[in-house]
Amino acid sequence: MTSEQLAWKIRRHGVEMTHLSGGSHIGAIMSVADIIGVLYADILNFDVTNPKSENRDRFILSKGHAGAAIYAALAESGFFDTEELKTHYQNGSRLSGHVSHHVPGVDFSTGSLGHGLSAAAGMALAAKQDGKTHKNYVILGDGECNEGSVWEAALFAVHFGLDNLVCIVDHNKMQSLDFCDKTLSSTPLAGIWQSFGWNVIEIDGNDHEQCHKAFRNIQRNGKPTVIIANTIKGKGISYMENDILWHYRFPHDGWEYDMAVTELHKSKPEGAQDPYTPEGIKNPVTPPEDADIFTDHTMSATYKPTWFGKEKQL
Amino acid sequence: MRDTFIRTLTELADKNPNLEVVTGDLGFGVLKPFWEAHPDQLVNAGIAEQNLTSVAAGMALEGKTVFTYSIGNFPTLRCLEQIRNDCAYHDANVKVVCVGGGFVYGSLGMSHHATEDISVMRSLPNVTVLCPGDLVEAEAVTRAIAYYPGTCYVRLGRGGEKRIHESLPDFEIGKAIPVSKGEKIAIFSTGAIFEEIEEAKEILNESGINPTIYTFPTVKPIDADVIKEIAATHEIIVTCEEHNLSGGFGSAVAEVLAELPSHARLVRIGMNDKYSTLVGDQKYLRHQYGMSGKKIAERILFEVK
Repeated sequence: MTSEQLAWKIRRHGVEMTHLSGGSHIGAIMSVADIIGVLYADILNFDVTNPKSENRDRFILSKGHAGAAIYAALAESGFFDTEELKTHYQNGSRLSGHVSHHVPGVDFSTGSLGHGLSAAAGMALAAKQDGKTHKNYVILGDGECNEGSVWEAALFAVHFGLDNLVCIVDHNKMQSLDFCDKTLSSTPLAGIWQSFGWNVIEIDGNDHEQCHKAFRNIQRNGKPTVIIANTIKGKGISYMENDILWHYRFPHDGWEYDMAVTELHKSKPEGAQDPYTPEGIKNPVTPPEDADIFTDHTMSATYKPTWFGKEKQL
Repeated sequence: MRDTFIRTLTELADKNPNLEVVTGDLGFGVLKPFWEAHPDQLVNAGIAEQNLTSVAAGMALEGKTVFTYSIGNFPTLRCLEQIRNDCAYHDANVKVVCVGGGFVYGSLGMSHHATEDISVMRSLPNVTVLCPGDLVEAEAVTRAIAYYPGTCYVRLGRGGEKRIHESLPDFEIGKAIPVSKGEKIAIFSTGAIFEEIEEAKEILNESGINPTIYTFPTVKPIDADVIKEIAATHEIIVTCEEHNLSGGFGSAVAEVLAELPSHARLVRIGMNDKYSTLVGDQKYLRHQYGMSGKKIAERILFEVK
């Protein structure tokens, strides 16, 4: 499967899984889908028949709320049946909303932000001590970089020369209530990581060629590498893109689901099969005139504290 | 106790190249023998306990036995979620070590008093909680957890504690250790507060009371068998801990007793749900908060009346 096909399938599974479960975080699943698609199709070394094989690359999705993207990638890679994806969030399922290590192929459970980089650094350190040559990958969210522990880990990884550690920041510019810069300004993100001493590669994280190039150009020069992957939250579905509403909202029955599937089908790469609606949706429901789309749902749209000064903006 | 721990750990590291220590920039003059003997088996992660604890989890999942080392509340409360999610939930082979349980750092102030650590650690599934009472227990505990799977919490004193045991050849995690056999009154203690029990015992003896005494180097899993046996054969069980009463060792004993149809009466001695606001050393603070040998004896004599 090509990385484009896998990324598309992650998106299609993501829509179906959140639709069926009423689960959150479709926006984050969409932004990170291309990075995960490239990693699982072409970069990570793993063995589906032996998920714990010693020389596998380690991978942690630290922004565990995009867990559906990993589950989809693992199922499509053969770790378990894609049918199981439909059980996401359901009673008795293995597929919790946030990533669980009880699922084959998952190295580390996450869900509370700011843990994954440290754990990956620990794995990378142990690999160095034991003379192992695999790489340790971890994906962080840009909102996650609010967490102080991320920066503890950032110092640690540089200090101990963990050049077998690759951190990808899914820089979709949005977090839970608003844009990152309207929450805790931290731009330019690349400059901050650079000042901590990391190798920094900045790319369009929704562009497969750029992702491939970045992953293939990781230097082993005594420093860890961070890839600042500029992405679009909700990427691939027009009315979800850059709208904070879709951090939590799931595609409901009706136009929300129908348009999501229809739009995805327009961008379907050749050879990708849709397991749910193979031919797309025949007569999709379209959004009514008063549909809540392309409106500003950010906190700052209505949050106007008086103490902050009239001339300044949060 | 602290030096015994490091000496034992250094010996264990001789035999086990996968034993690692990660310190949170603490252990000046203490850890030196370890890092000199085993430079590849110690990392100073700096003053960053959250990262330190998750790093330890990551290393443990790669096959290491990792001891995290810090003082007071820093290795536990500062990084509680990292212990919960990354160590305990993953059954990671991480041994969280606190030097300075209770009022060891008395004069340094409330920030350095570890008086809720037992209850907080005890409430985490998959975490074994150990509080050695003297250097013999400390050595036995260190040896035992080095080969005990999963996440453990070890609460150490600092040093100079009185020796309780000559030796502990039969030490087992989860087993209380009998110290003296008496009647009617039984005293259970955990951790370094034991030295006060010794003093209390002398005072009680003068009043004609001869208590049974046990130390509980393991708080979780608690030795329910010993508690049940003593509950059936004694009139009063007194628990002593240099710790808050809410959720600590006494609570663990109470949980076992409460499920029995009938049992000895329980008296819990410890911090009565407060922070210390006083300045003073460990002995002074113990006395002020009712945990000195004299105060423990007075309390027991009051309860006996």
